[in-house]
Amino acid sequence: MFRRFHSLAGVALALGLVLIALTGAALSLQPALDRLATPAIAHSASVAALAEAVAARHQSIDLIRKRADGSMTVAFTDGDIAGVERVDPVTGAGLGDFRASEFTRLITNLHRSFLAGDAGRAAAGVGALAMLALTASGLVMLVRRLGGLRALFRSIPGTPAQRWHGGLGRLAAAGLLLSSLTGLWMSASTFGFIPERDAAIPALVASAGAPAQVGTLGALKAVDVADLRELTFPAPGDNAGVYRLRSSAGEAWIDAATGEALAFAPATTLDRIQDLVRILHTGQGAWALGLWLGLSAAAVPVFAATGILSWRRRRAARPRIARNVSARSAETVILVGSEGNSTWGFAATLHAALTAAGHSVHTAAMNDLAPVHASAGRLLILSATSGDGVAPASAKSFLARLAALNDAVPVAVVGFGDRNFGRFCGFADDVTAAIEAKGWPQILPMKRIDRRSAQEFAQWGHDLGAALGHDLALEHISESPKTFALELVEREDYGVAVGAPVAILRFRAPGTGARAGRLPSFEPGDLLAVLPAESPMPRFYSLASATRDGLLEICVRRRDGGLCSTSLHALAPGDLIQAFVRENPAFRPNSGGAPLILIGAGAGIGPLAGFVRANRAGRPVHLYWGGRSAASDFLYERELARRLAEKRLTSLTTAFSRGPDGGVYVQDRIAADAPRLRELIRQGAQILVCGGCDMAQAVSHALDPVVRSLGLDLAILKSSGRYVEDVY
Amino acid sequence: MKFILPAIAASAALLAPGFAEARQITIETTLKNYGGNGAYLVLYVTDAAGKYKGALWMAGGKAKYYPHLSDWRRASGGALAEIDGVTGASIGSGKTLKMSFDLADAMIDAGYKLHVDTAVEDGRDNPSEAVLPLDASNSGKPVPGKGYVKSISVSF
Repeated sequence: MFRRFHSLAGVALALGLVLIALTGAALSLQPALDRLATPAIAHSASVAALAEAVAARHQSIDLIRKRADGSMTVAFTDGDIAGVERVDPVTGAGLGDFRASEFTRLITNLHRSFLAGDAGRAAAGVGALAMLALTASGLVMLVRRLGGLRALFRSIPGTPAQRWHGGLGRLAAAGLLLSSLTGLWMSASTFGFIPERDAAIPALVASAGAPAQVGTLGALKAVDVADLRELTFPAPGDNAGVYRLRSSAGEAWIDAATGEALAFAPATTLDRIQDLVRILHTGQGAWALGLWLGLSAAAVPVFAATGILSWRRRRAARPRIARNVSARSAETVILVGSEGNSTWGFAATLHAALTAAGHSVHTAAMNDLAPVHASAGRLLILSATSGDGVAPASAKSFLARLAALNDAVPVAVVGFGDRNFGRFCGFADDVTAAIEAKGWPQILPMKRIDRRSAQEFAQWGHDLGAALGHDLALEHISESPKTFALELVEREDYGVAVGAPVAILRFRAPGTGARAGRLPSFEPGDLLAVLPAESPMPRFYSLASATRDGLLEICVRRRDGGLCSTSLHALAPGDLIQAFVRENPAFRPNSGGAPLILIGAGAGIGPLAGFVRANRAGRPVHLYWGGRSAASDFLYERELARRLAEKRLTSLTTAFSRGPDGGVYVQDRIAADAPRLRELIRQGAQILVCGGCDMAQAVSHALDPVVRSLGLDLAILKSSGRYVEDVY
Repeated sequence: MKFILPAIAASAALLAPGFAEARQITIETTLKNYGGNGAYLVLYVTDAAGKYKGALWMAGGKAKYYPHLSDWRRASGGALAEIDGVTGASIGSGKTLKMSFDLADAMIDAGYKLHVDTAVEDGRDNPSEAVLPLDASNSGKPVPGKGYVKSISVSF
């Protein structure tokens, strides 16, 4: 809910908020500039002395005012000339004409009213409210994402846009909260929602004596210039003349003849709050605060850009469901549990086919499950599984919501997963068990679909059609991003002698010079999706290189019967493949200088070698890697030796299962190194694991006792992004 | 802009000298091109003894700025009830405000005076920047102000 509000409000109001923020940032410089230009007021001169000095230079004085920026101005009349000048606050010496800057006035009016009068002021007030809500909701999401308030300054996982959004967000949040709250107050005050100090003044009875020299008036002598806000002189020739003095203490009316205070209205609490809010919002008279608020506001355009980017990416990943009828009027409801949005593609195919067959269909996320869905004729649940039987992102709250529903409705469940994992379609199993426990009828037995198989999905569609009494052809073509051609530049072959052929393949964009194709942007750990000639289904390989290397480097183990790995191993330099890049922001070293523990086996070394190569800063990096034979498949042997010498790699620990001293696996090395690893984890190290499923499981078993001895567990490390796996 | 002072808003003070006879007067105020934000401006009347009789019009809607119209505030006491029903928008740089009022006959040619106070944000406050006798002999004669008012005239 927070995310939805945050993105929709943020995207809708981005332009207006950027305008308010940029103009605010520009105005925030003013107090600092004023501070440089304005002499500081020493607590030494009295208002009477200042008034005397100023009055001596002019025929008549109307008003002496200390402006919010701290400068002192005097409005005077000399014959026909009515002017305003700046004066030295202590000596009263003239410092030249005062004229408010046209530029500042324009920026101020843009900031508070978009140059559109009261309607614009109201819009700016709404902007302040929106900024407050966006900052608060953003903070809540960030705290949740990082795992608690204390984790707020941990490194942020995600795409570069997400990292900038959150990273700047937590720095600017306090300033933006202050600016928007005070802005809201000022807007409310402008529109009269905050009671105004009553402008009424008491009835005054002046002595009507001959006016005395202003410098001799007792009530003015008693007030220091530093406390002065405004001193209004009586009109010339007004015999019952009265001075009006506004100071930080309140408002006083002073007899021009006797110098006595005729009346005094002390400043109210509301007055003081108004003054404080003004200072907190404008930074006038508090230049350092002003600069801080300005810096915070200057981050708003970055939030707008990165926020819109992330929002568009999320939208693009989810296919648009055509003719999605409302939940209330649908007879068939499709609920989707998806982690990377591919299950939405299957749902869209199913939705279209059912709609074509004459059904009214509503498709929603599993998290949206609501009582209204139980009134539909049937529920079709398509759910992926994230990791080892865990609910995917769009189904996290499904089981809890299901438990709260009472009305039975016929259900069919399809699980999407990968047979290579321990619990194939584990979450779909949990969903089915929960539905069985409720005693709801099942239209079809649960169907498991391996690795997004379009054939298996079509088979299920056939069965569903039979149950519904009509044909249902589900022709699912997974939508791939635009592919580009890559040319193999060079290859290194390993492991042939030990029956585990692995090749390091380096590709570049074909063409030379200006005609060379451009590479997309990627980092080590991102995925290269390769489309084999015989299949539309891409295969994913972790990249070992970054854009700046100018090459796409992957490490591929040839599997018997593996369509894609076999054809990749058959490539010769100059051959072309079709591919695209997919970001894999979850598998990336956290920013900062904390140690990295890289663990991998076989071809899983690819991205790990890439992380080492990119470690120009020389942070501590410890690599544990397992192969078969030092003589045959020691991938990156020479490069790693060089990285050790360059200090990009701190330590390298290898394990060979067919070594001379018998079989040693990477998990054995980890168990043996427990004391060192414990110390590294205590220092905040991040652990990145890449390789096969069995290896990853063995590694987590070996690490578990190490982590537990620190009072942590792997789940805690995982949730804070300090234990990440890229497993195949 | 034409504005007929409604009976209720025409504060008792202005109509007190005699309900029976009323005359329409038109006040035309033109501001200088001072180039700032909209000016706050108040038109009010004092009697022959200099006693405040009431406000005809307050241009500017935000009460927090009223203290800058200091002569009006001092003469009237500054209570918002004084201008209830006779407020409008502030007046832009170089713009003209032209308004008509029904005024009691007894106030004309009787020593009553029309005052104008003005104030502009970040600019000068101009208490009583122009003061005109409500004399039919001055009908239509423009008078300059000493602040933001370029000219003001009263036509009977």
